[in-house]
Amino acid sequence: MRLDNRGRRCPLPILDLARHITDVPVGATVTVEADDPAARPDIAAWCRMRGHENVGERVADDGTPAYTVRRLH
Amino acid sequence: MGAYLDAAAGAPLHPLASAALLASLDDGWADPARLYGAGRRARLLLDAARESVAESIGARADEVSFTANGTQALHAAALGTLAGNRRTGGGFVHSAVEHSAVLHVAQAHVAGGGSATSVGVDALGRVDAATFAAAAAAPRVAAAALQAANHEVGTTQPVTEIAAAAPGVPLIVDVTQTVGHAAVPDGWSVLAADARTWGGSTVGVLAVRTGVRWRSPFPEDERESGRVPGVPNLPAIVAAAATLRAVRATQDAEASRLGALVDRIRGTVAATVPDVEVLGDPVDRLPHIVTFSCLYVDGEALLTGLDRRGFAVSSGSSCTSSTLEPSHVLVAMGALTSGNVRVSLHHATTAADVDEFLAVLPGVVAEVRAELGATGL
Repeated sequence: MRLDNRGRRCPLPILDLARHITDVPVGATVTVEADDPAARPDIAAWCRMRGHENVGERVADDGTPAYTVRRLH
Repeated sequence: MGAYLDAAAGAPLHPLASAALLASLDDGWADPARLYGAGRRARLLLDAARESVAESIGARADEVSFTANGTQALHAAALGTLAGNRRTGGGFVHSAVEHSAVLHVAQAHVAGGGSATSVGVDALGRVDAATFAAAAAAPRVAAAALQAANHEVGTTQPVTEIAAAAPGVPLIVDVTQTVGHAAVPDGWSVLAADARTWGGSTVGVLAVRTGVRWRSPFPEDERESGRVPGVPNLPAIVAAAATLRAVRATQDAEASRLGALVDRIRGTVAATVPDVEVLGDPVDRLPHIVTFSCLYVDGEALLTGLDRRGFAVSSGSSCTSSTLEPSHVLVAMGALTSGNVRVSLHHATTAADVDEFLAVLPGVVAEVRAELGATGL
């Protein structure tokens, strides 16, 4: 699942992630595309606080950072 | 109703500071470099203030110069040490959580052809002493900069240990949040302080240890041992010195009092606000600073909500900064940056202020979350 959060400011990207993590089965991933500089530390912190896996960061075709999270429970 | 809880940005003027400021506006307006009576009186005030501040920070009077403000003291400390040690090389080592004034020097230094190494911190915001000392002791490092304690989360840094492990490198120590609240650590070569943080008026302190190579980054004149050009702001200097003397007389008692209030904030916030992270070292920290971050909270809305109830605090959340970047301190710690609040206490903070803040905070957080539709997540 991909969540387009381009142009959305903190804390909206992690809010979107929190709303949609249960839309995928345990073990599957959600990717958040977000250009807000706070998304990087906040997605990592959210994974730590909520017990999901912060898989890593890639760059979307338009250069926007894309953060992938695996649902663990 | 409400309270000012942003002492790290500047404590309210101490009553003694206002009195000293007013008195020296009358007595200390003349140029202390002049040889007539009014100038000599100004000179006496300046000399006495310098002696007093030097004693308070553990320096000799001739090692101390006054600057316009804390940022200028940090700039002069770092730029001057880099310039004075240019023959050693162009390396500048600093922690990732230094005050932005130090990071701005690093940027300017790199733009000018030098190199800068940022040493990371752990989740509490502290550098590893061995790692920092090794980076500082590397070849061609002209200077290293490390704060005595962090200005956002309060965590203390192993300054003395690093100074002992890397004795060959001049160590610039930012004590802007420490002076007036805790002991200045041993081991500094060049030191920068800020009177606003101890309840003085706006003036900075630069101290350069005898024998440390330091060259003024400004065109030199005869003022302040050639370290800071131009007529010093004497009334602010006199007020800063008088306040620091008074604050130091009660420093230990105030540290216990404010330290206990911070403990109360740390414990109560963690217990009463859902999905919150209280940051920084709970024990080895400054007595008066505490920071926490709330999940699914817009930092700007939180500050506005608290301000509406009369509470002044600051935030490292990106939405509260002019650059829309989150605090580099929180990012370096790997901490949550959303819904961030820094509370910093001062001489006029009462237990009732803190209790009232703690009573309104959970409701304000809940209100901001409800506005964002962030419930049941």
